[in-house]
Amino acid sequence: MKAPRLTDTTLRDGSHAMKHQFTLEQVRDVAQALDKAGVQVIEVTHGDGLAGSSIQYGFSRTNELDLIEAARKAVSKAKIAALLLPGIGTRKELKEAFDRGIQVVRIATQCTEADVSQQHFGMAKEMGLEAVGFSMMSHMRPPEFLAEQALLMESYGADCVYIVDSAGALLPDGAASRVRALKQALKIQVGFHAHNNLGVAIGNTLAAVEAGADQTDGCLRGLGAGAGNAATELIVATLDRLGYEHEWDVFGLLDAAEFVVAPFMPFQPIPDRDSIAIGYAGVYSTFLLHAKRLGKQYNVDPLDILVELGRRKAMAGQEDWILDVALDLAKQQKG
Amino acid sequence: MKPIGNKVKVAILGSGNIGSDLMFKILRDPGHMELALLTGIEPQSEGLARARALGINTSHEGIKPILDDPEIKIVFDATSAYAHVRHAKALREAGRIAIDLTPAARGPYVIPPVNLVEHIDKENVNLITCGGQATIPLVYAVSRVTPVPYAEMISTIASLSAGPGTRQNIDEFTFTTARGLEVIGGAKQGKAIIILNPADPPILMRNTIYVLLDAEEVDRKAIVESVEAMVKAVQAYVPGYRLKNELVFEIRDMPDGKRTMVAMLLEVTGAGDFLPAYAGNLDIMTASARQVGEVFAQKLLKDGTN
Repeated sequence: MKAPRLTDTTLRDGSHAMKHQFTLEQVRDVAQALDKAGVQVIEVTHGDGLAGSSIQYGFSRTNELDLIEAARKAVSKAKIAALLLPGIGTRKELKEAFDRGIQVVRIATQCTEADVSQQHFGMAKEMGLEAVGFSMMSHMRPPEFLAEQALLMESYGADCVYIVDSAGALLPDGAASRVRALKQALKIQVGFHAHNNLGVAIGNTLAAVEAGADQTDGCLRGLGAGAGNAATELIVATLDRLGYEHEWDVFGLLDAAEFVVAPFMPFQPIPDRDSIAIGYAGVYSTFLLHAKRLGKQYNVDPLDILVELGRRKAMAGQEDWILDVALDLAKQQKG
Repeated sequence: MKPIGNKVKVAILGSGNIGSDLMFKILRDPGHMELALLTGIEPQSEGLARARALGINTSHEGIKPILDDPEIKIVFDATSAYAHVRHAKALREAGRIAIDLTPAARGPYVIPPVNLVEHIDKENVNLITCGGQATIPLVYAVSRVTPVPYAEMISTIASLSAGPGTRQNIDEFTFTTARGLEVIGGAKQGKAIIILNPADPPILMRNTIYVLLDAEEVDRKAIVESVEAMVKAVQAYVPGYRLKNELVFEIRDMPDGKRTMVAMLLEVTGAGDFLPAYAGNLDIMTASARQVGEVFAQKLLKDGTN
């Protein structure tokens, strides 16, 4: 069996855990190590995609376009990807990222709103980019529904559509059934992106691959939002042990995780109390650090904030609602 | 050609949801306007049938009957940006005032309580975006007190309230709104983000406005008073417009030093004239359009040019 294509998103999803403080040097070092170890695609962008640098999500320390260019120059084989969330980033930033060297764009929408991505897929294909659809918060809808949305992205020109478990709320069965539904409905490739909030990122990834996923995502050391992602080095080690054919350097990726990424990580993302609450309540993984900060500021339990956000059905990118909830809960506590 | 009594004849171009909601608003509170005609291009349209049932003259011939009736002085265009480019030209040549609810932006952007008086002599004005109508007044309220180097707005709207036009042109929402935060809001740099939320039951329109101020020390009381006054001014024509919480002031460490950040959390409930109450984003567009129409109508009557 052929292993799925691997996209490492340490330099994009990891941007959340890094509070968007990546330096040029870190990006060069990580990209080089991943390229050397045979990872096929490296995603580099602000955690919330192109133009994500904002009060809402956190300002980037280094302009993401400079980071993209640094990564492109550091690699010999790997393709460089950027993430774009329509509604945050626009075709203007897509063009700029293209000019700085991206070869792949991943276009992310809420899993219910694929039809906001048509103009972005159109432009990506016009420029000759590989275009991947990213169906966020996929745990919120059943497989058949997601397949219909994925068909829209296929009709706009997507080369692949991902089931994205943004909340880390799926369990292996849910991951596999969603991938299977897309495999049956689409002519193009299907991918899977995991978060480890319920401790099953690797299990979900393996289930998705078994269900036919052609592409999958990881981060070195799992450095990503919430409890982090499926660790890239674990994906390659486990797929190797399962007998999948690949050209990755397993030990090279263990080294990259241990000696390149671990030394600059501000903390090791793990399924701790607040992260598990994210998976359990089914909210966006990137809410974690914002909920912790505002919880402290307003003397409210971050867990209560996260559960309330789940109750209010907050979607990807709605960080401003965290402030709403923190203020409301603080008022309630005062009575 | 004298107006009938003290009213100015107006017409609505476009028989979709926006045109219908605007029709109900004008019928409920006509002010100095008389709704003479609602036109569409689809003879079987529900919107035209609804208007006829209410005794409003209708036509499926688009702009033609409007141009044919010289007594119609003000025309609300609730069609599409594409169609408005053509309509704008025809209406200008016919000497009619166009109030543009599409993103075509052939005329200047207007926000009723901020800059409408400056543009009262224009033949075409544009209503920017729903998010712009909601958030620009509050950025302006801050910038009239203290300089605003940066303003950012996040608009979250119910999926059900976002039609195909918005969905296929989501970048235009972002560009246009950000530009409006600068040009009318007075921010040196503006940024706009829009998020669609599919929750059922649908969420009310929520906007968050963040402004970053030059200094660590600012006159917080003056800012709060200015914002509260502006909220009242908008409520005069959008009753469901309200701050969800008090203004939040925070000191932020920025690369160039400590700055004050102000967060304003805003909710807009629709009046439910025709569209459901959750669609505050559509309500604020039609309510603003009605308000602009009323101000233009009063001006025409006062000038006696009608």
